[in-house]
Amino acid sequence: MKDVVTGIFLLAGSLFILLSAIGVLRMPDLFTRMSATTKASTLGIGLVLIGTAIHWMDLGIASRAIAIILFLFLTAPVAAHIIGRAAYFDRVPLWEKTHIDELKGRYDEKSHTLTAPKSPVPSRKKAFKKSATEAPERGGI
Amino acid sequence: MNFIAWTTSLSVAIIGLSILFIFMRLVKGPTIEDRIVALDLLAANAIAFIAVYSIQNDTTTFLDVGVILALLAFLGTVAFAFYLERRTKK
Repeated sequence: MKDVVTGIFLLAGSLFILLSAIGVLRMPDLFTRMSATTKASTLGIGLVLIGTAIHWMDLGIASRAIAIILFLFLTAPVAAHIIGRAAYFDRVPLWEKTHIDELKGRYDEKSHTLTAPKSPVPSRKKAFKKSATEAPERGGI
Repeated sequence: MNFIAWTTSLSVAIIGLSILFIFMRLVKGPTIEDRIVALDLLAANAIAFIAVYSIQNDTTTFLDVGVILALLAFLGTVAFAFYLERRTKK
């Protein structure tokens, strides 16, 4: 019985890890790739470690597994946010089918802090319509 | 071959396949940020691999390596991103 539960957890976890790997290989641009890796791989590793903890039924192993899970759950969003921020300032190109870049014009170029846009920002609907017809452009960081 | 040996073998195969995919992205990755994301994910997969390996080979020693690997992967990612952002700041 214990073995069956362990096996199910291991297989489910490794399938989620495979899903994140396929995501990182096949997604079109960096930001979508990050959305695939951060969530799916965290869940997959969490499931695998829970399976390990169930298999050993030992306090030391379980506490190590829980420590790794907690640490991953705390650090994965932070790391993804930091890389995403650095990538945005580095002008990593968005996917050509991206409809709207809500940060455009809202960052101060020099100090990398948020500022109010100089010109009034077009409403969501307008920007969507506009960029749906013409190729989206980046810039104004 | 009992159930647990079968599932661990399958898990090792699946995780190995995903490491291969991530490595392809690491080699291909058009920007440096793609490579950083791939490296981060590679370390995460190594943790999962260690967990499965500990069940398969009946040793618990390597789980400590997993804890350290989780720490180091986060620190490496933050350091890369920090210097990358500083480079773009004028």
